[in-house]
Amino acid sequence: MDVGIKEAILAVVTIRKDIVCGENIPVFYAKDEEEREKIALLLSKITLGMVHDLENGAYVIVRH
Amino acid sequence: MLNYSYIIIPSIMLGILSRMSMLRVDHRQYPSYPQGVFSHLTLGIVAAGLGSVALPALWEKEYAAVTFLALAAQQFRDVRNLERQSLDNIEPTELVARGTAYIEDIAKAFEARNYMTMLTSLIVSIVIFLLFKIGISRTQSVVIGVIIGFISIYYFNKAIARQTIGDIADVVPAKIKFKGPLLTINDVVIMNVGLKESRKIYEEKGIAVEIIPHDENGIATLANLGQRQAIQHNAAALLGIRKDVDEPDFTPIARRDPETGNIVMAIVPMEPDIECLIEAVKRTVVLESAKRKPLDSKAGRKAAD
Repeated sequence: MDVGIKEAILAVVTIRKDIVCGENIPVFYAKDEEEREKIALLLSKITLGMVHDLENGAYVIVRH
Repeated sequence: MLNYSYIIIPSIMLGILSRMSMLRVDHRQYPSYPQGVFSHLTLGIVAAGLGSVALPALWEKEYAAVTFLALAAQQFRDVRNLERQSLDNIEPTELVARGTAYIEDIAKAFEARNYMTMLTSLIVSIVIFLLFKIGISRTQSVVIGVIIGFISIYYFNKAIARQTIGDIADVVPAKIKFKGPLLTINDVVIMNVGLKESRKIYEEKGIAVEIIPHDENGIATLANLGQRQAIQHNAAALLGIRKDVDEPDFTPIARRDPETGNIVMAIVPMEPDIECLIEAVKRTVVLESAKRKPLDSKAGRKAAD
């Protein structure tokens, strides 16, 4: 059986510090969009999760 | 028992033929060849044997022998469990899952086919026996029995043939468009694709179809999640999918247009050929467990107007 955290936000990758609060999930700050893209890709490969765009400068990684 | 060989041998033969006619190794590779096919053929022979000796056993007043039929039914129910278990076990190894409904359908088909084999044998043995008893010569009754056997094989094959998506719906090409990060097909939102790289691949290599049901029955059937999963699996299996386990972005997802009940699906195949995708979707079987017929009821007909 495939056991793991599913349908939950595993990490947030953002370029805006002001939109994320709380310490429950890992937050990764990127200095620009290019770096955000790269971090998100790397994280998605590690977690086997999918990257979703919230269109406010933040990406979330969710495992489905 | 040798007295009945003219009944038993032809009916076993026809039974085995019947099982073989339903045992096709095609693109689904299920049952898998050679081991899977071999074990099912053997079970088919057992089923044919049971079907063909039932009547002679009764005639000889060997009533105990008939209880073996009950044993056989139990045995074939186990076949269903066996198939379900083995498919469940390999499910995590599929890039695009079959889904539990599809698995259940396959398992059910295997059980039913064994009963068909048994029934074919039984019918042939009854026909030969009765004809012989009313005074027709042995050769003639065997020949007629065999002909009846072939007719019943043909009939059974027709009776258990399942509909395909092509029978209940039209499949037409559809357009993939991104609204920001949202992947949409004909304006139905499918999912949020965050990575720009993935969006580019979808725009370059992705193809999509819209499945338009013919009537309310089709709409209800296609709404079933198991049916949609089967379509996804079939499309991915036939076209080859451009995806690995660490790329969930490219998992094909069939979504429903809540307004019309149409289904849209996008896929990034190895070979982006829309004609092949349409063919693959059309050839997907309509799952027995997904089939709904609201139009057969009064309320359903009224709601459809």
